Amino acid sequence: MNTRFAMKFSRRSTILGGAALAAGSAAPARAQLTIDMTKPSFEPVPIAIVDFSGDRVGADIAGVIRNDLQNSGLFRSISPSSFIQRDVDASAAPRFADWRGVGAAGLVVGQVQQAGGNIKVDFRLWDVVVGQQATGLSFNSQPSNWRRLAHIIADAIYKRVTGEEGYFDTRVAYVSETGPLSSRTKRIAIMDQDGANNRYITDGRTIALTPRFSPTLQEIVYMAYPEDRTPPRVFLQNVDSGRRELLGNFPGMSFAPRFSPDGTKVVMSISAEGRTNIYEMDVRGRAQRRLTNSAAIDTSPCYSNDGTQIVFNSDRGGTQQLYIMSAAGGGERRISFGEGRYATPVWSPRGDYIAFTKISGSGFGIGVMRTDGSGERMLASGFLVEGPTWAPNGRVLMFFRQQPNSGGRAGSVTLAQVDITGRFERQVPTPTDASDPAWSPLIPQ
Amino acid sequence: MRTIKAFAAIAAMIFMAACSSNEQQAAAPATTTVTPGSVADFRQNVGDRVFFDTDMSVIRPDGRETLNRQAEWLKKYTNYPITIEGHCDERGTREYNLALGERRANAASQYLIAQGIPAARIKTISFGKENPDPPGSDEGAWARNRRDVTALQ
Repeated sequence: MNTRFAMKFSRRSTILGGAALAAGSAAPARAQLTIDMTKPSFEPVPIAIVDFSGDRVGADIAGVIRNDLQNSGLFRSISPSSFIQRDVDASAAPRFADWRGVGAAGLVVGQVQQAGGNIKVDFRLWDVVVGQQATGLSFNSQPSNWRRLAHIIADAIYKRVTGEEGYFDTRVAYVSETGPLSSRTKRIAIMDQDGANNRYITDGRTIALTPRFSPTLQEIVYMAYPEDRTPPRVFLQNVDSGRRELLGNFPGMSFAPRFSPDGTKVVMSISAEGRTNIYEMDVRGRAQRRLTNSAAIDTSPCYSNDGTQIVFNSDRGGTQQLYIMSAAGGGERRISFGEGRYATPVWSPRGDYIAFTKISGSGFGIGVMRTDGSGERMLASGFLVEGPTWAPNGRVLMFFRQQPNSGGRAGSVTLAQVDITGRFERQVPTPTDASDPAWSPLIPQ
Repeated sequence: MRTIKAFAAIAAMIFMAACSSNEQQAAAPATTTVTPGSVADFRQNVGDRVFFDTDMSVIRPDGRETLNRQAEWLKKYTNYPITIEGHCDERGTREYNLALGERRANAASQYLIAQGIPAARIKTISFGKENPDPPGSDEGAWARNRRDVTALQ
């Protein structure tokens, strides 16, 4: 999967934009091709994405870009059937009036060229309002990488318009669920962020849960029952080779694993004799160290973005609440004080928020709070919503949503995505019922 | 093998009853048709599960009665090692419920050990909320899902 990805980034400056730039600079730049997603209200940016010229895959590339941007909730992809200018030349300035005429603030054009067994893909984002090029990039890669190229282009557009890093060139690991509840198959799958290239990582013979990516995406850790009636263990598995190994040989049950931001450690829970504590394991040397020592349930540990702290949930105070401690253990302090039980804390890759699952009388919710516990905001709620995971830009979350079981039949379980304002939620398509999503970092280029 | 033997015994008894008298078969309560010391005997006449309150792992009085019967039976039939499975209802998070199931299984294990069952005969395992039985999403189903199941090996 992680085929070597040779790519040249050559940022096109104003090769063609000279004239347009001069024209554009006369008018003050109205900020219509930019969006501040943290503002309480905004209109999605209307954007026209023309099928890339030069090769049949060009239409597919444009389709992936449209889908990515539309699904972010920040863009409105204008239907190609309404386009006025039909003869767009990817290497020349467009007729801006035609694109203003269809209500576009941005226009994306591109072309695909065969280049000695590789494909060369160029694209430009035009600021239609101002009448000048906003950004443009050129890539060279194997033809089979066309979907990744499309996601990388969508990320560049997203970044230029929002000022935030994109998150489209990423993958999602999750638990695929099939069969009746009495004998449910739960196996780990990995797919692209948009649902493409789905494949299975475990065989489904025994239950496997809670997959988490390493920072390089080369490995995942997860919990699985080694045999049907053997207590769960944490496994480390190479995604490409499929080679898997037991991570640690603790008495009792080990579960809830998660990598440190630098990938050198895995933190997890170990249960024995009714107590559940948090341990850290060195991935290479396999040295293990106990980080909490309580008679309570300490679980769902997650490192801070800088790796110096760990947030986890514990019922040591009577009910399940969120606590932060030093990554070396110690200095434990409670940060959640609202009504209800708090669980599955995940530290934002940006370091500004902690997302969590909250259980209260009215049901389940997904929320965020600042890392000191203040400023709690709920983003989604339902009969059962659980397990938030951050997009690498820290501005979008994925989680899972389960409907009630009825008549002996399992309620549907689906992945959902929501932005940090809670304004825009959508279902993420999966081939089967799906739970426990884990969003990868950006795929290394 | 034990399961198969138990079923064979049940079938034979029903067959014999049918031969001798139809009235007798109809009158016989189900509990008399299992072989003492069998898995079916344990499940039907002793009870293989105890139930818990929401988010709790304290053995309730009704659970203590069941575990007392289990201890008595296990002392009589000493050939079975057991595995105590801890389960939860779906109204908790996955990882927390795995730990809660372990705590519930451990509570029953400690109770049986205190009644004189050797610790070496007992294994525990948690299934968290992964194996609901029955598969409902109402108070009644949740109450039955918060359980320990003692499985004879």
